[in-house]
Amino acid sequence: MNILTLLVVIPILTIVAILFTKDSKGARMAAAIGMGVQLITTAILLFMYLAARKTGDMHEMLFTADIMWFKSLNIHYFIGVDGIAVAMLCLTSIVVFAGIFASWEVEYLSREFFISLILLATGVFGFFISLDLFTMFLFYELAVIPMYLLIGIWGTGAKESSAMKLTLMLMGGSALLMVGIFGIYFNSAPDGGPLTFNIIEISKIQIPVKAQMFFFPFTFVGFGILGALFPFHTWSPDGHASAPTAVSMLHAGVLMKLGGYGCFRVAMFLMPEAATEMAWIFIILTTISVVYGAFGAIWQTDLKYINAYSSVSHCGLVLFALLMMNQTAMDGAIIQMISHGLMTALFFALIGMIYGRTHTRHINEMGGLMKVIPFLAVVYMIAGFASLGLPGLSGFVAEMTVFVGAFQHQDMFHRVVTVIAASSIVITAVYILRVVGKILLGPIIDEHHKHLTDAKWFEKLSTVTLVLAIVAIGIAPLWLSDTIIASLKPIVDKLAMVIPF
Amino acid sequence: MDLGQFILMRHELLLTLVAVVVLIAEIATSEKNKARLIPFSIGLFALVTFIGFIPGETGTIFGGSFQSSQLTIFMKNILNMAVLIIFLQAEGWLRKPENSDKISEYFILTISTLIGMNFMISAGDFLIFYIGLETATIPIAGLAAFDKLKSRSSEAGIKLILSSALSSGILLFGLSLLYGATGSIYFADIAPKITANAMIALGFIFFVSGMGFKISLVPYHFWTADVYEGAPINVTSYLSVVSKGAAVFIFTIVLFTVFRNIVEMWKPLIYTLAVFTMTLANLFALRQDNIKRFLAFSSIAQAGFILLGVIGAGELGMTSVVYFVLVYVFTNLGAFGVVAAIHNASDVETISGYNGLYQTNPKLSLLMTLSLFSLAGIPPVAGFFGKFFLFTAAAGSGYYILVLIAVLNATVSLYYYLKVVRAMFIEKNEQPIAAFRSTNAMRLALIMCVAGIFIIGFAGGIFEYIRSISQLFLN
Repeated sequence: MNILTLLVVIPILTIVAILFTKDSKGARMAAAIGMGVQLITTAILLFMYLAARKTGDMHEMLFTADIMWFKSLNIHYFIGVDGIAVAMLCLTSIVVFAGIFASWEVEYLSREFFISLILLATGVFGFFISLDLFTMFLFYELAVIPMYLLIGIWGTGAKESSAMKLTLMLMGGSALLMVGIFGIYFNSAPDGGPLTFNIIEISKIQIPVKAQMFFFPFTFVGFGILGALFPFHTWSPDGHASAPTAVSMLHAGVLMKLGGYGCFRVAMFLMPEAATEMAWIFIILTTISVVYGAFGAIWQTDLKYINAYSSVSHCGLVLFALLMMNQTAMDGAIIQMISHGLMTALFFALIGMIYGRTHTRHINEMGGLMKVIPFLAVVYMIAGFASLGLPGLSGFVAEMTVFVGAFQHQDMFHRVVTVIAASSIVITAVYILRVVGKILLGPIIDEHHKHLTDAKWFEKLSTVTLVLAIVAIGIAPLWLSDTIIASLKPIVDKLAMVIPF
Repeated sequence: MDLGQFILMRHELLLTLVAVVVLIAEIATSEKNKARLIPFSIGLFALVTFIGFIPGETGTIFGGSFQSSQLTIFMKNILNMAVLIIFLQAEGWLRKPENSDKISEYFILTISTLIGMNFMISAGDFLIFYIGLETATIPIAGLAAFDKLKSRSSEAGIKLILSSALSSGILLFGLSLLYGATGSIYFADIAPKITANAMIALGFIFFVSGMGFKISLVPYHFWTADVYEGAPINVTSYLSVVSKGAAVFIFTIVLFTVFRNIVEMWKPLIYTLAVFTMTLANLFALRQDNIKRFLAFSSIAQAGFILLGVIGAGELGMTSVVYFVLVYVFTNLGAFGVVAAIHNASDVETISGYNGLYQTNPKLSLLMTLSLFSLAGIPPVAGFFGKFFLFTAAAGSGYYILVLIAVLNATVSLYYYLKVVRAMFIEKNEQPIAAFRSTNAMRLALIMCVAGIFIIGFAGGIFEYIRSISQLFLN
């Protein structure tokens, strides 16, 4: 069996295995083993990919498989990966693995919890390996819907309305997306011949510019909603704040990346003329996302809300960088996706662990946690420093690359927005340091907090996995960046053909 | 004429045979053994359903009045399967003491309407079409009033018969105008003579209005919710799946064959109907608490989605409509099956009554969730594929804005489907419906639905088969 298909089959088998378990202990063991196998498989995929590239395999996509599904509509189950997809798959595996351990203590309907969580992961894995718009869309919707139950049943606070809001907004996004996909499909053979959903084939032809201008906004906004594009980001803070720990991790860490990934793989790659033409509109929107998200985070006092707004800001930066449309900036965008995915997952994991101990997420009700739970506090600091871009951690590499790339544009407009977006780095430092100072340092505010216990083994496993990945990218960014750049080439070339330099 | 030609009518003849045999069996069984009629009738009907799948000849008889093609046979098989599932679901309900004296009536009436629908689908002229339609309609009114001691049920029967009579009158008026304009009632003769003149346009509008009642499109939908609510649940499911499915089939056939010359004239009409049907039905569905009314409005909205396939015209349109109805049969019967099972066990009929159902009856809740997700068009269940292809058909004709409206409506519909899911999984309840075990027949029916919901979507072959027979039919 194709190794990529395996990435979808393993989660499904895991779900089946969980169905046969008797109690929460069995369910979480099954989930952990399944996702452990998944992590190993992804690692093998990574090495196979690197090895194949080393031997000089210059195909755009590797490990492809193509099975006819609906013949008369030319719908295929067509899969394959390039460096970017492999990187995203690694990210997903790591976050899901860490997520399972972060939810080790879920007792209420735990079997159902792990099933929904892994179903969501199945959708994400399927999305990243798909090269056919139909299967991609199918997996995309599959990833969105378990969210409703996950937040609605296991969430906290105003969970029902948050879950509904999130689901409906994301489904509204997929409604726009569907129109975009139809537009691409019915324009995929302007010179006659069979219509196709195949991304690689469509990228070789030129969709009529008039059609592009009509369908690009649908596709871009459709994906952009999932990527928390301003003003469609409002589902994100509420959703993240109400979601249980592992779901916040997966959602901010991985699911929001589906939006960014789709934006360039589908919208920009297939409709480059419209992308260049309309980029300025979305650049303005993303700049607002970046700055607004950062300011939003300053005002919040709930740890989850702070991190959710910070996600809006960081994901905005991803789209911002993509729209700069040059190699350096887009490379930065991908690294930012991965870096943010890891560090926001780490944040949410830590917030969940801290909340599990202190039973509050309000920053004014905590203080001096460094003295009682040093392990978690230190990891929280690492995550914070990664987030504000300390050299040696992944955030620095990503933001540096993004802004260097953005500054390569010579004109006034790009310069101005770049400067504005870059100011978010400072604002990020403000809210991160404020939280770290308030809750970790200083005197212990609440007497009860003196008796808290530090991280248990599964919490350590969960967080250390993520920290290792963050540090690895921070210290050795080049191997990642090289893989990405090689795969970015066809996309950048396609865009470069239409950009008037 | 050659008697061998009657093989073309084998669906209709076999069903008539079943109805007669059940009637004779009713006379032959003693009062205390009436319950034995239930497995007997279901078994007989299952046999007929199975025979229907054996490939047979196609062609026309009675000088073109009755036509049989691969496509019509397939449609009839879909309806047979649906009725079989409904019979299995009705088994527990029929065994209740209050129904003991009218078991055979249920089967005979249902099979009679089914015979009418089969004739309607195979009609080659407007006379057979109209006779089929009436044969299909009148027994349904009897079925809707089946709980004769409940005033709601009688009310449903009266409402159904009155609105059906009205719509039939309108339809008939339209048909007579068409006859006046073209001088024929044969589909094959009329089709080339149809041009966009005022008389034909008027006749066409009456025809669409009459069919609109049967399919319950907005603004012809007012009877739907009341009748669905008042009728016994196993009749409601019949109305919502089989009756609607058959009407959609013949509507599509007539539009695509008889009125093919004036496609450009009827497309705007269908467009408007589609937009109103989807949107208004969704808005009404948002506020329902009675699960039957809720499913009524949901089924009206689904009819609106079907119109997107109709507007797609041509092969792809036909394929997507038939495929969607096939999916819809299993999906909606899944939902109705759960409602029926719960109603049999506890008499609960409200969405709020379902609160906390997952704790006591997890399997039924999961099945209901699957069906609702399929209705909403969420992958990986069949409803996603059904909707996707309907929308593909519409987008293929360039109706992107209509597709956008439809997909946004699908998103709205997700809201009310999720409301039921929320009741079952999230809401707390001090006294949820007690755990119960449904009858074996009900279980079998539900298993068939689940199998359908999963298999039809992934099996690309089914879609390709429908595509090939639609191609044969339209050329």
